[in-house]
This record gives sequence, structure tokens and C-alpha cells, in this order.
Amino acid sequence: MKQFFNAFIKGDLLTRLSFFILGLSNIFRGQIIKGLLFLSTEIAYLYYMFSYGFSAIGKLRNLGTVKQGWVYDENRGIDVLQPGDNSMLILLYGVFAIFITIAFLMILKSSATQAFELEKEIRRGKKPLSFYKEIAQYTDSKLHRTLLFLPVIGVVVLTVLPLVFMILIAFTNFDRDHQPPGNLFTWVGLENFKAMLSSGSTLGKTFFPVLGWTLVWATLATSLNYILGMLLAMLINKKGIRIKGFYRTIFILSIAIPQFVSLLVMRNILDDDGPLNVLLQKAGFVTEYVPFLTDTTLARITVIIINLWIGIPYTMLITTGILMNIPEDLYESARIDGATPVTQYFRITLPYVFFVTAPYLITQFIGNINNFNIIYFLTRGGPATLDYYQAGKTDLLVTWLYKLTVGSKDYSYASTIGILVFVISAVFSLIAYRRTSSYKNEEEFG
Amino acid sequence: MKKMSSRRKAVNAVVYVFLSVLALIWILPILWVILTSFREETGSFTPYFLPKGYTINNYINLLTDNTTFDFTRWFSNTLLVSVVTCITSTFFVLSVSYTMSRLRFRSRKPLMNIALILGMFPGFMSMIAVYYVLKAFGIEQSLLALILVYSAGTGLGFYVAKGFFDTVPRALDEAAMLDGASRGRIFWKITLPMSKPIIIYTLLTSFTAPWIDYIFASVIMGDNYENYTVALGLFKMLEKEFIHNYYTQFAAGAVIVSIPIAILFISTQKFYVGGVTGGSVKG
Repeated sequence: MKQFFNAFIKGDLLTRLSFFILGLSNIFRGQIIKGLLFLSTEIAYLYYMFSYGFSAIGKLRNLGTVKQGWVYDENRGIDVLQPGDNSMLILLYGVFAIFITIAFLMILKSSATQAFELEKEIRRGKKPLSFYKEIAQYTDSKLHRTLLFLPVIGVVVLTVLPLVFMILIAFTNFDRDHQPPGNLFTWVGLENFKAMLSSGSTLGKTFFPVLGWTLVWATLATSLNYILGMLLAMLINKKGIRIKGFYRTIFILSIAIPQFVSLLVMRNILDDDGPLNVLLQKAGFVTEYVPFLTDTTLARITVIIINLWIGIPYTMLITTGILMNIPEDLYESARIDGATPVTQYFRITLPYVFFVTAPYLITQFIGNINNFNIIYFLTRGGPATLDYYQAGKTDLLVTWLYKLTVGSKDYSYASTIGILVFVISAVFSLIAYRRTSSYKNEEEFG
Repeated sequence: MKKMSSRRKAVNAVVYVFLSVLALIWILPILWVILTSFREETGSFTPYFLPKGYTINNYINLLTDNTTFDFTRWFSNTLLVSVVTCITSTFFVLSVSYTMSRLRFRSRKPLMNIALILGMFPGFMSMIAVYYVLKAFGIEQSLLALILVYSAGTGLGFYVAKGFFDTVPRALDEAAMLDGASRGRIFWKITLPMSKPIIIYTLLTSFTAPWIDYIFASVIMGDNYENYTVALGLFKMLEKEFIHNYYTQFAAGAVIVSIPIAILFISTQKFYVGGVTGGSVKG
């Protein structure tokens, strides 16, 4: 930014003028092609803004005023469907226009600073770089721009732009009752957040229990998978156990096959009339079917256990190599001091593995908060309940978000939840990363 | 000493039994799908474990009978999407990770932080907005849209490959630079040829993504059955009106899809492990 203003203050007339007419300095100082490129960008931008952009941004203020409806057409003597404003498109095009403006401002900044640089170069008596040479820079000192260009465009257009659009929707009333093109929606400020976070409303009565279950789920799923997976890896690693590769492959198979296959099959096996229930009844263990997926508490336990089936092999896979790296003499000296295997585990193995895998644990925890597959494919959030708004008893925040988006089209609530999930994930990772970095700064383990 | 070893033997025997029981539990559901895919009797489940009759008709019907479910079409859709996605996203991932690992420029740290922040939003929070953006371009419900969605954001997942590039020795780069090679040349001619493992890893992981994704495909395709991927199609087979007649075919389809994916995963597992733990070891 400093460079930008500096260029205006210290630059000569031509440099200053090129703040308004882009590329002017380049054109008159021998970089004609580059100058023309800048100029045509500006013309294209201004054309876009005057024909669409300004009105698009202007309409953002209230997201449309004309409601679709039947209007009497005097000439024809009949009612005609008047199209009306589409708030969704207004918001989308408004965001487009803002993004294009930001991009243009970045080009403006780069052009202005370059104009000043060029002026200085010429004053120093150097020849300006030819267009060809400047292009050549993009495979060398400016290689990062070449390599990042397409990936960044992709992320901006299909990740950042939709995200900004969606975040804005959290501040509107774009729910099932305000669906374009039939209806308008408009800004409501923090209403959605208030509704979501107040314990009185139906939304709040859904949000807090779902949040609670999400956190319980993420904690249990992460910690159980971690500890049990590590134990499994230790068992397979144990001295004297052969066919280690065979055992590992069997466990890894369960994560190698697509989750929608394994989980859908599990759902079938665990069905009220499914094979497991039939077997249990035939064997006489139970007289009635066990509602593995249809009773609230049991369904919650079931998803955690099924998640072990997927999660334990992951931890085993990750920790196997780390376990083998633990220096053997640590255990030997512990044995000489008379430490039991349990003490050895808690004093040597666990701290060592934890030290290396702490970042993995954090990503696992956040991944479990966002674990869509296991819940959606196993229970679809069920068992259903009337206490909740559009959610079931095993729904996590993200599956609830999915249902609100795809099912009931309550986009404003969905994006409010999305933002809250972001805040939760961000807070957890901040705390965790700070903890682990202080951990790392201590003496290296061992 | 001898007593010790006989005790160890006993302990190991217990461990063997325990591991075998666990292995059985882990393999059972997989075995069950495979058996179901060869089952002669229809129905979503049978009250017994082993099928009464075996047949390969489930596979034949799945691949030839296209009246209700066009599995071959879904399969070729998925194949097309994943081949293209695999090429574009490998290009994206390698470009970004190399840039972040080797090149130094002012916006490097800010860009990496932005990537970290973007990663904390629930992935599919904005999927409906993505749908509308694609609609604004007029390509909703198309395979092109699916390819764009799968490849566009991949630049954000550069951590594993960056970790790899961090370990490639810099001495060669410096030597080449002294010889006057440009950075672009170093990337193409020196670093990439030395990075076969990570290229293969990136190719394979981005190839598998379209096969196992359900969420994005479901939102983008909606009810356009023609352009379904296998995940969507197989899920469709389990809907109430179809499940009884099509469950065994679902199982056959699941087996067909799972075999290549499982092979790919097992052959790339060591990179996966390196990617997850590599960064933390170096601090």
C-alpha cells in the first residue's frame, strides 16, 4: 500500500496520470504491448461496471423490491405474471461485481507501482524491459505467479466466491418461506444468529443439543479411535508375532473400500430386521429385535462403534511406523528400573506417539466434527424427533446443515450453522496449535 | 531364560487369537458384500449368512440391463470425470505445493494462512452457492461442472506434496541456478523428475476422489440420472422402491467399484502416512 501512495506522491505527471488511465506510462515509455494490456483491462472493467456492475452493487442494498405476482395488463385485458426481482441472483451478481472490482483494484495497484518503477528505471538511464523479456520473467523470478494463476482462479471462483455468498446469506432471511423467484428475501442483520443461539426458539432448542452431541461424538470418536488404534498397532508390532503384513492388510482393507459402500452395507446389517438382529434372535440372545439405529442412545453408541471399525485401522496405519521408531533402549532402561508394561505404555509409548501425532489428532477432531459420511449413510441423522427443527437425534451440525440445504431449503439457517461450525473449528485448532507449538518448543522428546 | 520364552509363547498365542478374532470382525462386512453380490435370492438381506444359491447374474444384469439403472453409463461418467480431474488437480496441487515449498515471494505466508482458514469452513457449506455459480455459467448438472468442482479447490490441499518438496535437497537447484537455469526449468527438468512418488500419490488420490464422493455429486447432479456417478447411482438403488429387487446388484456394483479403489489405496498408503506425520516430525 505504501508503495502505491508513494508512487502517486513522488511520481511525475505521466506516472500520476496512469493512476487514472492505466498503462499510459508504459505506452509512452516504450512498453507498448504491456501498456495496451493494462488499458484494455481498464476499458473492459469500466464497460462492465457501467453496463452491469454499478447497478448490481447498488441493488445489494435491499436485494430487490419488486415481488413476482399477477398484474393487470390493460392493453390485453388479462392478468400477466410480472417477473419480479430475484433476490438470489441480485446477491450473486452483486458479489460477482465486488470480486471483479477487487481484482481490478489489484491490477490498478500493480500497474501504478510498475509505472513508478518504470519512471525510475528510465531516470537512471536504463532501457525498459521488452515485452518478450518480461514474459520470460514469468518462468523465472515470477514463476510463482505462473504456477499459482490457475489454482488461485479456481479457488477464488469456486471456493471463496461461493463462501462469501453463503456467509452473506447468513445475514438474510433466505429460508423456505422466502424462495426466489416467487418471493424476495432481504437483510435481517444478526437475526439468524440470535434465533440460533437463544435457548427459547425451536432453532435454539435444536442447535444446542445437536452441538452437544457433535462435541461428545467428536471427543469420543477421536479419542477411542486413537487409543484403540494405537493398541492394535502395538499388538501387531509385538515381537514374535508373524504375518504382520497379513493382519495389517486385513485391517487396512476396511478403510480402502469406499465409505458409501461399507457404511451402507453396515446400515443394512444393523437394520431392525437385518441379518444381525435375525441371528441374535435365532441364537436366543434377545427376544425382540435390537434397535441399533432406531433408538436414540443405542444409535449414538452404534455410530461410535461402527466408526471404530473405520477409524482404528487409520490410527494403526499412522502409528505403526512411529512405534517402530521409538528407541529400544528407552524400554530397556525402563525394564531395568522395574517398570511394568502399563507404566511403560503411559510413560514412554503414549507420550512419544502423542508428540509426533498431535497435529494429526487435531485434524482428526475437526474432521470428526465435520464427519458427514458415517452419520448420513448409517442413520441419516435418525431416529427422527419432533423436538428438533429438521434434525434427528444423531445428526451432527454438518448433517443438519446438509438437510437444511438440500431438504428444507432453509439456506439462511444452514449458513448460520456453517459459520458457527467454522468458529468452533477455528477456536479448537487455535488452542490446540498453540498448545502443541509450546510443546514443540520444549526440549525434543527423548 | 527358558521359562521366560514359554511365557512369551503363551502371551503370543493369546495375541494371535485376539488378532484373528478382530481380523474376522473387520473382514466380515466385506465378505458379506461379496457373498451378497453372488447371491441368487433377491432381497436386501437374508436371515442366514451364506447364500442358498450362487450366481453371477447380478453382475451380468448390472452391466447389461440398462432399463432402470444405467450402471455402465454411470461407470463411464465416473471414469471420465476422475481421469480429467486427476490430471487437472495433480497439476494444481503440484504447482501450488512447489511454489509454497521452494519459491519465496511476499504473499507466500498470507496465502498459506488463507488456505488454512478456508479449510476450517465445513466443506459443503457453500455447495448450494457453488451450484448457483455453475448455473450462472450455464453448466449446472453437467459432467464439466463436476470436474470443475472436484479440481478447482484442490490447490488448497497442498500440504502433503509441500512436505515432500521440502525434503528434496536444494543443492541441485542451486547448482542449476549457477549454470543459469531459470526457475521454471528447474521445476520441470530437475524437481519434477525427482518427485515421481508424490506425483503418483497425487494422481491416485485425485483419481479416487470422484469415485467416493457423494455429497457434491448429489447436489450438483440433482435428478439428472444420465450424469450420475457410481456413488450416486448405487445410493439410488437402495431407495425403498428398488432395494428389494436391486440389493444384490447394488452389492455387485459395490464390489466392482471397491476393487480398484482398494488396490489404489493400499498401494499408496505409505505416502498417506508420510503426509500425515511428516510435517510434524520436522516441526
